[in-house]
Amino acid sequence: MTSAAVTGAGARGRTAGRRPGHHRRPLVLIHTAAGLTVAVALAATVRSGVLERPLALAFGVFVAVGELSRWSGAGVREAAPLGAAGALAFALLGENAGHPTQHGAAQVVAVVAGASLLGCVPHVARGRGPVLDHLARRVLTVAFAAVCFQPLHDGGVLERFGGPAYALLLFALLVLGVLCDVVLAAALAHARTGWPYGPLLRDELRAVPGIGSAVCATGAVIALAVAVVGLWALPLFSLPLLLTQLALRRYAAVRATSRQTIASLARATEIAGYTPPGHARRVAALGVAVGRDLGLSGPELTVLEYAALMHDIGQLSLVDPVPAGATAPLSVREQRRIALLGGAVVRQTGAGEQVAAVVERQADPCAEQPVAARIVRVVNAYDEKVHGAGPGGPLTALEELRLAAAGEYAPEVVEALARVLARASLTLPVGG
Amino acid sequence: MEAIPGRARLYVGCVALAALVCLAPVPAVAGTPLPDPSRWAAGLLRADSSSWAVILLAALYAAGRWAARTRFPGSLPAASPVAPVVHPVLLAGAFLLPPPAAALVPLPGILLARVEQRPAGVRRLWRAAQCVPAVWAAARVHGTLGGRDTVAACAVPGALLPAAAAVLVYCAVLALLDGGIRVLAERVPARRAWRGRFSRSLAPLAVHGLAGLMMAVLWHSPYGPVAALLVLFPMGVAWWVFAQYHRERAAHHATIRALVQAVDIKDGYTRGHSERVGQASMMIARELGMDERRIEVLRFAGILHDVGKLGVPTRLLRKDGPLTPEERCVIELHPEYGHEITRGITFLGEARSAILHHHERLDGSGYPYGLVGRQIPEPARVVAVADAFDAMTSTRSYSRARPVAVALEELGRCAGTQFDPRMVGALVRALDRHGWHPVVTADEGAPALPSPASAGDRRGVTR
Repeated sequence: MTSAAVTGAGARGRTAGRRPGHHRRPLVLIHTAAGLTVAVALAATVRSGVLERPLALAFGVFVAVGELSRWSGAGVREAAPLGAAGALAFALLGENAGHPTQHGAAQVVAVVAGASLLGCVPHVARGRGPVLDHLARRVLTVAFAAVCFQPLHDGGVLERFGGPAYALLLFALLVLGVLCDVVLAAALAHARTGWPYGPLLRDELRAVPGIGSAVCATGAVIALAVAVVGLWALPLFSLPLLLTQLALRRYAAVRATSRQTIASLARATEIAGYTPPGHARRVAALGVAVGRDLGLSGPELTVLEYAALMHDIGQLSLVDPVPAGATAPLSVREQRRIALLGGAVVRQTGAGEQVAAVVERQADPCAEQPVAARIVRVVNAYDEKVHGAGPGGPLTALEELRLAAAGEYAPEVVEALARVLARASLTLPVGG
Repeated sequence: MEAIPGRARLYVGCVALAALVCLAPVPAVAGTPLPDPSRWAAGLLRADSSSWAVILLAALYAAGRWAARTRFPGSLPAASPVAPVVHPVLLAGAFLLPPPAAALVPLPGILLARVEQRPAGVRRLWRAAQCVPAVWAAARVHGTLGGRDTVAACAVPGALLPAAAAVLVYCAVLALLDGGIRVLAERVPARRAWRGRFSRSLAPLAVHGLAGLMMAVLWHSPYGPVAALLVLFPMGVAWWVFAQYHRERAAHHATIRALVQAVDIKDGYTRGHSERVGQASMMIARELGMDERRIEVLRFAGILHDVGKLGVPTRLLRKDGPLTPEERCVIELHPEYGHEITRGITFLGEARSAILHHHERLDGSGYPYGLVGRQIPEPARVVAVADAFDAMTSTRSYSRARPVAVALEELGRCAGTQFDPRMVGALVRALDRHGWHPVVTADEGAPALPSPASAGDRRGVTR
């Protein structure tokens, strides 16, 4: 669930994560493994020659087209479901219109790698995102599925299964393949960003029942349908998945719009002169980075981000602005009153009950607060202290947060903030 | 829409009778008294060896319908009597089974389902009666074209033509019956009731038809019904994602509403001014023949036109008595504040200019830039008229509400100097045609439909 506002933090995290060497190791490992797999598969394919050319060509075109229709959007895991389903179906293909197939695992990997590479060319030309990770994932997942299935099939082990059991077996194999992909994706994200592995894996796993199961089912259906009716199945029966892809795209678009509107609502306090320019955005970006460091996962981070964006919204109800918009120096009672007013406003928006609860409780003693509210409180205080404090500001502000009265700022959150700032080498934007 | 007129009841009865005829194993049974129901059902199932298929498909249909109702409440589009996720099941039935058996598939699911709106009996009967002839006709056409043999032989290019014909017929019958109930029960003019109904639902149904065909083919293959079930997975996921999309969309609308409610409260205006301006802007835009997307965007621009007042001190907005020139200047900054606040909302696009320029006048005496005539962007000219119209027809602290006719007269007087005559004319025509029924909170709680145009159709018999 990365987002426009968070990508700022993400980019910083990325540069920060590159420096320590041990994070890079899985990255190199995965890329090397994928490269080796492709090299071996290519060598084997060249030696044996391409068997069943029409089949290879049809699936190659299918995967390439699926890859072409790939897009990267906010909150979307599998950006090329069509390509993934096609590639997995090719790996698990045992028959073509009733005749057993002879393409082995090596040819599957070679064709999928070539087609994916071809489909990625336009994306690279337009400079859209890192392609290498995506390719490595695709190659390794398909290799895994093909190596599991093709030898069994060629050895005739699968013959003993009846028809329905065979279909279920395919589905189970595909689920395994997708799980393998999930592990790889989390490892790659961990290596790129340096964020903790556990929450990343949890986020990836959470997407499996949704789009993951659609990919599995479509892969199985395509493999079975090709086995029954031949290559006609490819263009015709990939349409349902295309529908899923369309739905995902629209969902991503409306999510982005929703986020923009909430960010605009947050800016209203800045325009009204209640808070310094860029304050809400900075608190959201830094807050999400701290939340990630503390091990929060996707939906929790979204709640945190929305709450951070709207944490000052209660000030709109004040008749006169607070000096410089800084709520931290106010009396606790006044802070709570503003927080409650803010919660009431947030409750009217579509942001959800959880977000309202976080906004409402941002001024409570930290022992009674949910984690997100603690983070918002600490990061808000930090940003207010740093604002206009000059070059020494960040260090002084951190010191002040550490020394503040017990129960005001949660110590573990302050430490997480210190770690995040150290990783970003204290270069967070101060003036907005 | 609580009471259902007698002629609509008669219509439902006729369709239900037709459905019964469809279900009879021998079509010639029409006209003879109905046989004993239990023997009739037994005969129906024995009439074909595919009784298991009927039971399985009917269970699938009921389960899908139930899941759609309980897991994604409120996401069932009113326009369709059949939850989209279960279309493939019905069509697969039509491709696999003889017509009477295929028509039996949706019955248990529909008759067992809960109906929220009263009178429940008629509505339930209508839903069942509407589905049965459509499925029956599709199966009939498919069978006549020899589709069942091609499906059994898994001959795919050959199976496509009968399937396509069946989907066409299915879509046409559904659209015809649905339009009919709208004409009779809601007194929608016949042209509006049927216009676009068929073409709108054809594309999604074609995809559902392919899924149904795939189910049917796999059903007959050695892999059996298990493989056919897998086909429903991606459809279900697509449906789930669409439901999430609708939820998020509703959340987005709520956020915008919260934004403008804050303004309305701060301003001390009557509640709902912003949304009414949005509605009037939408009516003008529609009258001018703009495309649906632009109309929708203009509606939001109208709703958000005063959002910049969030930046103006509350004291000034609520001040009784005349404002000093300085105070007036501060208040007149609100279009620029609003333009700034909405800077990040990309979907507004060019309509954002409406927020900046809605206080410009055609003769150049407006603010903030004093633009003249066509220099003022079109969206701003639309919203300016809508804003003035609602200001006149609603009660303010300083003036009472005026009748619509008086307000339109006033607008007409200022057309050319202050307002664009084209927009004023469009508003007059739109109000002539549809009247002025301001809604304070548009599409609250209801599933957000693709276009606000269907907002009026929402409370149909079909829900």
